[in-house]
Amino acid sequence: MTEVKLPRRDFLKAAGAASAAGAAAATGIAACSPAAETAATAPPAEPEIWLTLNATEAAFVKAVVDTLIPADELTPSGTDVGLATFIDRQLAGGFGNGAKLYRSGPFLPGKPEHGYQLALSPRDFFRAGISEANAWTTKTYGKEFDRLTVEQRNEALTAIETGKAQFNGGFTSNFFFDNFLQLSMEGFFADPMYGGNKNKVAWKMIGFPGLPASYREEVKTYFNKKYDKEPQSIADFS
Amino acid sequence: MVTKLNEVDAVVIGVGMTGAMIAKEFTLAGLTVVGLERGPDRRPREESVLPRIRDELKYVQRLELMQDNSIDTVTFRNNSEQTALPIRRWGAFLPGEGVGGTLNHWGGMHWRYLPTDFRIRSTITERYGAGAIPGDMTIADWPVSYDELEPYYDKFDKMCGVAGKAGNLRGQKIAGGNIFEGARSDEYPTPALKPSGGAVLFTQACNNLGHHPFPAPFGAASQPYKNIYGIQLGACEYCGFCGRNSCEANSKVTAPTHIMPALRDEAKFTLRTNAFVSKLVYDRQAKKVTSVLYTDMNTGEEYEQPAGIVILSGYVFTNSNMLFHSGIGEPYDARTGRGVVGKNYCYQFEATATAFFEDKNLNPFMGSPGDRAVIDDFNGENFDHSGLDFLGGGYIRGGSGAEPPIGGRAVPADVPSWGSEWKKETVRWYYHAVEFQNQGSVYANRANYLDVDPIYKDALGRPLIRLTYNATKNDHAMSRYMLTKIDAIIKEMNPTHYELHPRPLNFTIVPYQSTHNTGGTMMGTTPANSVVNRYQQSWAAHNLFIMGASTFPQQHGYNPTGTVGALAYFASDKIVKDYVKNPGPLVQA
Ligand SMILES: Cc1cc2nc3c(=O)[nH]c(=O)nc-3n(C[C@H](O)[C@H](O)[C@H](O)COP(=O)(O)OP(=O)(O)OC[C@H]3O[C@@H](n4cnc5c(N)ncnc54)[C@H](O)[C@@H]3O)c2cc1C
Repeated sequence: MTEVKLPRRDFLKAAGAASAAGAAAATGIAACSPAAETAATAPPAEPEIWLTLNATEAAFVKAVVDTLIPADELTPSGTDVGLATFIDRQLAGGFGNGAKLYRSGPFLPGKPEHGYQLALSPRDFFRAGISEANAWTTKTYGKEFDRLTVEQRNEALTAIETGKAQFNGGFTSNFFFDNFLQLSMEGFFADPMYGGNKNKVAWKMIGFPGLPASYREEVKTYFNKKYDKEPQSIADFS
Repeated sequence: MVTKLNEVDAVVIGVGMTGAMIAKEFTLAGLTVVGLERGPDRRPREESVLPRIRDELKYVQRLELMQDNSIDTVTFRNNSEQTALPIRRWGAFLPGEGVGGTLNHWGGMHWRYLPTDFRIRSTITERYGAGAIPGDMTIADWPVSYDELEPYYDKFDKMCGVAGKAGNLRGQKIAGGNIFEGARSDEYPTPALKPSGGAVLFTQACNNLGHHPFPAPFGAASQPYKNIYGIQLGACEYCGFCGRNSCEANSKVTAPTHIMPALRDEAKFTLRTNAFVSKLVYDRQAKKVTSVLYTDMNTGEEYEQPAGIVILSGYVFTNSNMLFHSGIGEPYDARTGRGVVGKNYCYQFEATATAFFEDKNLNPFMGSPGDRAVIDDFNGENFDHSGLDFLGGGYIRGGSGAEPPIGGRAVPADVPSWGSEWKKETVRWYYHAVEFQNQGSVYANRANYLDVDPIYKDALGRPLIRLTYNATKNDHAMSRYMLTKIDAIIKEMNPTHYELHPRPLNFTIVPYQSTHNTGGTMMGTTPANSVVNRYQQSWAAHNLFIMGASTFPQQHGYNPTGTVGALAYFASDKIVKDYVKNPGPLVQA
């Protein structure tokens, strides 16, 4: 049995709200944002179900997506917009299991010019990356990533992003970071049907209208005029 | 056990764009045709429909329509000294799979090459002297001229319903079109698309600088149009999801929408999907391919399909690889310069830039790749290279929009890539970016080529094809020069902030650059300098014809498909008119 982790949601929420208030004061752009309301009213707690992530991995993923996408005046936290769910589903499915990935050896170390050259499926790569990241934060801070304070998380993630964190799994920390960030951004901006971008928060944040995306006249009538429409997703047309 | 099938008039290997075109032309001429396509069938009414088609994750990021790397891929290295590693997941380029092939998810930039491009070696020699071409630059004249191809460019335009504005109609220059283009016998089938906000800004700046901007020609109908096969096309919706995806409006040209409805039910045509062709059976004595071997990927059964005419239209990598595996033609040897199969592999050299305009609202999700504006003033031999340290050039285009948000949300380079600051900056710049691109030529170099990989295998156990490729000094010098032109245009547009993106020193397989791979089975005037003649007919096997950009001697400063399409019609016309009656070499070696 691994140790039982304490629920960290509430703590995070408080921390997120505090930094959100700071950011809002600094920029002064929050007041009229519709996302601000969404951020303030916490959605009802849903049961957490993981298709493939184990408890340690789930805690890590949640902590990282909350660092990448902190709750602030623009959106709720990464976990609250469904990014951990998105990553779990992606890793459990075809992508995670290496669908359409050429997986024959020999597996030789490549240069960055060669792209992905690991023998691991994306699922196994994330497993290995999470364990390396937790090993590094344990060595550096005495704790796994999800147990760090918000400041420590930012600092640790920066070290991982820039390759300063020492990983021993046959890949660098920045390579793991790049893949993690890419998957997170996919979840954040993809159609909500995949589990991330809940309530189309990311689309609302930037002003992407989603569907149906027929602009034959609008390309002219909205010339140099902001096309500010409430976004619609695939589910809205299904 | 290989099951031998009944002989047909023609077999087409790969029912992508050119494969479908040839199959259609052959059946019109009364030939029986079997199409062998490695991927699945693609039926637009099931796949390319709203709302499911507006799914950026599935199509753009997970590459739903692209070739399955686990079945077949390419290995890559920068030079002959290195060990090539397999492309495990596509990056720089994205070959397609299934009926319609790569064209199902193309960007639609629809071009003709310049008359001087077709005689580039001669033009350069005439203008700058014989010494102007560096010894390692293995460029060659095309064995076909612009004027000979023009009727077939025109036919291809009318199959596609291309949108654009002519700049040279039967020799008469027309302001607002591309005044550098070769003479067209007819206007574009449909009018140019409406420009994006960024394209309007780009056009103004180019006019101020004395360049000659014009709307980008686009391989899609801008208004309803009936194509040469009687298929009704719809108008472009400016949906913004076009790149890497098919089109629900029946507007952007793909084989499943523009050809298959007029071919699918043709009694003389048989389509076999999931049919992976592994080898051509070659009779060296008779100089013929007698049949082709393929594996049904659903059952694992092997079949032999005899045919009178064999069309190899499997995209650039399959085309060379099939010749290697079948022992047809002499493989190119980069050390000696001997041999032809795999020679003159080229690509596109694309420098880009991004400019941000805080006071403009550019609606980045609207539009299509065809709503860009372009200048051709610095392409090919449209400008004087005297005193410059390079040959070649390319068009420059500018515009905004046409990108969904996972991939399309530029921020200045110094913005962090995550956290609250990143969110704020993303919101700040999202509506305000204009993109610029130079579609740079790649003049062949003797060090860049395709051959057989010694280590890695495909799903059938055949060696993978190996790509040895790097950018050259000429490419970089050309690109630096083009960036100075882009820089001047951007300055004239007066942005809040802008960034130029010079190419990295070494070619890299990530991220995406373009699917404009060319060469490997180049055309030419003799068996010693080429794999096929001007009719795309193999010198080594007279009933074998090779379609696609693999036959280009080098790559010029344009996207390839317009010329690929024209060549396919040029060749099929000759085959139907002459070869069928009198099979044999169409050009004497
Ligand atoms: C994202 C993207 C954007 C692009 N944008 C542009 C653009 O803006 N302008 C432009 O000019 N071009 C563009 N292109 C390039 C354009 O798509 C190609 O030039 C064009 O599709 C080539 O046609 P083809 O018939 O040679 O090959 P394809 O259309 O790829 O057809 C080849 C077919 O052969 C099949 N095949 C391969 N090997 C085998 C085998 N062994 N057995 C059986 N079948 C096989 C494949 O599955 C495929 O269906 C773009 C491409 C991509 C991917």
